[in-house]
Amino acid sequence: MAHKNMIEAINSAMDVALHHDPAVIIFGQDVGYFGGVFRATDGLQRTHGAARVFDAPISEGGIVAVAVGMGAYGKRPVVEIQFADYIYPAADQLISEAARMRYRTAGEWWSPITVRSPYGGGIYGGQTHSQSPEGVFTHVAGLKTVIPSNPYDAKGLLIAAIEDDDPVLFFEPKRLYNGPFDGHHDRPVQSWAGHADSEVPDGHYTVPLGKAKIVRAGRAVTVLAYGTMVHVALAAAADTGIDAEIIDLRTLVPLDLESITQSVLKTGRCVIVHEATRTCGFGAELVALVQEHCFYDLEAPLERVTGWDTPYPHAFEWEYFPGPARVGEALKRVVEV
Amino acid sequence: MLQNSSGLYVPEPLFRPGDHPSFSDLPIPLAGTVERPPVDIHPDHIRDLAYALIRVMNDDHQAIGPWNPLLDSDFLIRGLRAMMLTRAYDARMLRVQRQGKSSFYMKCTGEEAVAVAAALALEKADMCFPTYRQQGLLIAREWPLEDMMNQVYSNSRDRLKGRQMPVFYSSREAGFFSISGNLGTQYSQAVGWAMAAAADQDRRIAAAWIGDGATAEGDFHYALTFASVYQAPVILNIVNNQWAISSFAGIAGGERTTFAARGLGFGIPSLRVDGNDFLAVFAATAWAAERARAGMGPTVIEHFTYRAEGHSTSDDPGKYRPMEEPNAWPLGDPIERLKAHLISRGAWSIAAHDALQKQLETEVRAAGKASESHGTLKEGERLPPSSMFDDVYKIMPPHLEAQRKQAGY
Repeated sequence: MAHKNMIEAINSAMDVALHHDPAVIIFGQDVGYFGGVFRATDGLQRTHGAARVFDAPISEGGIVAVAVGMGAYGKRPVVEIQFADYIYPAADQLISEAARMRYRTAGEWWSPITVRSPYGGGIYGGQTHSQSPEGVFTHVAGLKTVIPSNPYDAKGLLIAAIEDDDPVLFFEPKRLYNGPFDGHHDRPVQSWAGHADSEVPDGHYTVPLGKAKIVRAGRAVTVLAYGTMVHVALAAAADTGIDAEIIDLRTLVPLDLESITQSVLKTGRCVIVHEATRTCGFGAELVALVQEHCFYDLEAPLERVTGWDTPYPHAFEWEYFPGPARVGEALKRVVEV
Repeated sequence: MLQNSSGLYVPEPLFRPGDHPSFSDLPIPLAGTVERPPVDIHPDHIRDLAYALIRVMNDDHQAIGPWNPLLDSDFLIRGLRAMMLTRAYDARMLRVQRQGKSSFYMKCTGEEAVAVAAALALEKADMCFPTYRQQGLLIAREWPLEDMMNQVYSNSRDRLKGRQMPVFYSSREAGFFSISGNLGTQYSQAVGWAMAAAADQDRRIAAAWIGDGATAEGDFHYALTFASVYQAPVILNIVNNQWAISSFAGIAGGERTTFAARGLGFGIPSLRVDGNDFLAVFAATAWAAERARAGMGPTVIEHFTYRAEGHSTSDDPGKYRPMEEPNAWPLGDPIERLKAHLISRGAWSIAAHDALQKQLETEVRAAGKASESHGTLKEGERLPPSSMFDDVYKIMPPHLEAQRKQAGY
């Protein structure tokens, strides 16, 4: 067992997958020789050869299309879209093709592809290096959407995603690559060293898709979060002293509805936190599900703390980013009803 | 002819309804005049082939020139039969759509050679990534008509379980990749399949088809880029049938250059072929397949042909082009031309042709009856609606199980 940051954990997951299954093939922009702009594929081409880990043209639509074709052949492609903000040219291939392949062929073909993409804000990334487009894809039947919040989960979930025979979007909160970030941007950055979830086994293990994790047990209110917002929610609970039960969803589709309802039936209150814009964001689906399944046990209206319905601004990073202060206020409002 | 335009230039086809079409100005090179280069030639040395027109059968129905594939008569009769069967199948499927037994159909009339000759030039294990107008591939690969019809009817034996519109066939066994309604997407996927085959040092190759209209899609560009960069063993066919629904090929960018010429900018050897000449399509495909199989990379082939009928059963071509335009088309009909060639060789006769025609119609009718016994779109057997929740994922997730229950299954 070794300490790893999130990048190292993700790199290790791909290394393990390449060793484990000769069908695994990895490509994307700057992914090969250079090892990725975030170092996620560092050393993989050297270890596994250019026929298995290689650079791709700047063509998101082409990268995903080629992955779909390779999947049809029998490969297990793991491709990188450099930033989630640039995934849109590949939307047709993801939505119209990868997601529907198994269904439209009644199981004759499928797309066992994993699309990794750094996502989320909090890094002064402005409009096209900060987006959280998960809601675009959680709406698509046939896709799975996974978002880790720590190195241990990142490796286990990524191996599980690669081994999954359905297409998986694996969004990596780049703000968490080097250390946990709780939204207190005025405090010194932390590293993953010393964090319990940075103890990452060297070999093969998986964290199952579709299973949430309670990261803080509590009785006053349930907080549903994923990615960077898990750490923000933890900070908000600590700052306010509110006994929140914080659930890291980890997989958005398929969703662990059972863990969510169990918690909300216990607390009677629920706050949903995500970085993505509010309207039609994944939070809306969560609100609807909690309302449907927990209506008679709810003690307060559900709250959503999200990014504003604006493009992600550069100069107003911290006014946009849903930090611990905003989450804390929502927690207070909900428990004080 | 260069012309200045003041204001926005919008291309217009030569003829509109009411005009009398004449293609006498369309340059049709003589058969047998285009050189056939060795397969290992550098693409720079055959740039003229992207602007030429490879033709084997001349006006006297003789096969001539360096591209003559020298096929024996039995083989050609096999090709003729597959083209005729494709046309007979199309005719019946159009009729049953008009009878309301299916919702939709798309014929490939006039383009039978593009699919059939290619299928016969490829090996059976090679993977085809077709559009919705290459049903001839399945027929040439002797896939059962009844199975194709089951798909058109969405009946109880439909291998796609009633999930796809008619003609969006899929058969892994026949090397016929699943058809999508989204144009161009399969073109770039074919390149991925070919890259995977190359990575495994597999000798199988991929072949992809796209229409003239869909070359304007981003996926066309993705496909050519990736095919060129990774030298993928793939044949990139462009079926230029002059029309994309109501838009003539000029709206797709075909007015000032050929579609084959698109390949040149990517460094891909590119051929332009008479798409109604079975022998030319066969020869070009065989040339490209030999290159791909020898590890020499991709080839672009533009098949110059004509969409002789409506785009689909939902289309009325009389609204945008002269009804007699198909008859004026100078490259003729692929079936008639191969028939005439075989007759000129003394290997075929009008009587044999008529007898085969009758036999194929009987075959199609029998397959139709067998298929209809398993139901049509609105009558007879169908699959349980509960099956609509299957195969979204490999394992049904809890939310879909809940929805299936809610729907009452």
